[in-house]
Amino acid sequence: MAIADNSTDGSLHGVMRFVRSLAGFVVVVALTFLGLLAITFFIGRVVPIDPVLSVVGDRATQEQYDAAKIAMGLDRPLIVQFFSYVGNVLGGDLGQSVSTNRAVAADLVRVFPATLELATLGIIIGVLLGVPMGVAAAVYQGRAADQIIRVLALLGYSVPAFWLGLVGLAVFYAGLGWVAGPGRIDIFYDGIVPPVTGLLLIDSLIAGDTDIFFNALDHIALPAVILGFFSLAYIARMTRSFMLDQLGQEYVTTARVKGVAEWRVIWVHAFAPIRVPLITVIGLSYAGLLEGSVMIETVFSWPGIGNYLTVALLNADMNAVLGATLVIGSVFIFINKISDVLYRILDPRSRS
Amino acid sequence: MISRDWLLDTSPTSRLQANAGRAYIAAGQLLRNPLAVIGGIIILLLILTAAFAPWIAPESPVGQNLQNRLLPPSASHWMGTDELGRDIFSRVIYGSRITLMIVALVAVISAPLGLIIGAVSGYFGGWIDRIIMGVTDVFLSMPKLILALAFVAALGPGIENAIIAIAITAWPAYARIARAETMTFCNSEFIAATRLLGASHMRVITRHVLPLCVSSMIVRVTLDMAGIILTAAGLGFLGLGAQPPLPEWGAMISRGRTFILDQWWVATMPGFAIILVSLGFCFLGDGLRDVLDPKQSGKS
Repeated sequence: MAIADNSTDGSLHGVMRFVRSLAGFVVVVALTFLGLLAITFFIGRVVPIDPVLSVVGDRATQEQYDAAKIAMGLDRPLIVQFFSYVGNVLGGDLGQSVSTNRAVAADLVRVFPATLELATLGIIIGVLLGVPMGVAAAVYQGRAADQIIRVLALLGYSVPAFWLGLVGLAVFYAGLGWVAGPGRIDIFYDGIVPPVTGLLLIDSLIAGDTDIFFNALDHIALPAVILGFFSLAYIARMTRSFMLDQLGQEYVTTARVKGVAEWRVIWVHAFAPIRVPLITVIGLSYAGLLEGSVMIETVFSWPGIGNYLTVALLNADMNAVLGATLVIGSVFIFINKISDVLYRILDPRSRS
Repeated sequence: MISRDWLLDTSPTSRLQANAGRAYIAAGQLLRNPLAVIGGIIILLLILTAAFAPWIAPESPVGQNLQNRLLPPSASHWMGTDELGRDIFSRVIYGSRITLMIVALVAVISAPLGLIIGAVSGYFGGWIDRIIMGVTDVFLSMPKLILALAFVAALGPGIENAIIAIAITAWPAYARIARAETMTFCNSEFIAATRLLGASHMRVITRHVLPLCVSSMIVRVTLDMAGIILTAAGLGFLGLGAQPPLPEWGAMISRGRTFILDQWWVATMPGFAIILVSLGFCFLGDGLRDVLDPKQSGKS
């Protein structure tokens, strides 16, 4: 009886703790999001010398200018403006874009899948190569493999993404002809597949059109590999340092003394405890790829959110710039907090 | 007077002697780390190149010569020429001045700012700490490049605005470090003793707290330099940083983009300069961390 009581008590506590941590999570995310809104508000309304001009652009007529000024409510106090801005954003209204003449929110929904597709393929490449490389560097610490991986990781911190993209295009597209050029798909195939998910690779498979699938794969290969390289550099470096911590522990020596096969010691015994911190690292680099995709998308004319942002920048289209900043920042915050929570759920030590 | 024995004296008689001795030991350790030495040499070369650019560069960085446009690398033009016939090598040499100016100004603006804000936050604690850390949290949870892009978009393109935008995105990380350092020793006895002697909060922070945060700050700033260079080059590439005809490396790559398929050298050459300088700061930062901040060595 006593045991049963204890266990229900324990699970009740568990549920309570879960609810409390969930509530805490929601509050933290909400506060950070409010802070993000404060920054974008500050950038949009306070930093520019004339916020109206930065929204309508310098080619606007006097009527457009006056209409925008009234629509933006610039005669009201800043704090009132801020709350109406927060209300608008929460209602999904990010304003009009002057370069596309459409609502910024609708534009962002349209371009986001392209970025998601690119970043996801990039992180898959980064994880599949980066984790084994990091493990190899730790196992062969100080040897040639370790040095090569160290140099690769350092290059990941010091090579400009846009430069690598250009060199990649020059070598693999123009020089060797191994991959297709800029853009998401050949013009010839454009708009044939009905958009279901917005991810071309998946949509073409749903439509059963393998020609389009392989053409899209041809186009995404180079930008995804380059993005993957930058996440690989970070993932390999962190995996190496986690793995070195584990390989120095006594339980590893014990396992070896007991005669456990070396691959088993590495991949089963030592790798198991680093899975949890690795999830955080992978989450962070996935969010980081959203940032990296701004440069890569510009170089490869990839019609995603990064390209949208840079086009808006060149047109001084402030609503679009702030909308894209807000979306990228929100995704970034969300992924960060999710990997925090996952860490807490998966790591038994942090539960007490 | 300055002899090895004087420097290594275990009971220094003046503050100067103690500081000099510590610097001597740290320098010795740094010189034994080959990567740190390579990094140091690269940074030294960057500074010398920037200082003596007019004597090193064979041609003017801005003078046009349309007869020589888009020449491949050769003995007279080591890195070829661009679409206006300007010698790319000369432009890369002059570009080192801009890069050095950007990293120096960003460091000079953001490191002291972060240091003071972080020290104040950690020293006083309470609601000041909570507000300041809330603000840094929001900044740190935003991607730096995106934030810098948005700031430059609002401020308008140009090299000064690019520097301001990068500095705005860089200080929160330094504030976090300074706060963490301050909190480890703000309850220790030497701070209490100084307060008892009648020192004001201001004096305690500036004379006793800040100097202890400096070494970890130097490590962090050096490690961040590569990222600052890449962000500045990225802004230049997007046309938001240095404006033509300034020979900024990122902007030069952007100009070469049009010719990348046939005249590869126009875009490629400035990239090598960026990689070299960034790698130099990475190497030096890694070495400095091993010497000044041994707890952190081996981690990211």
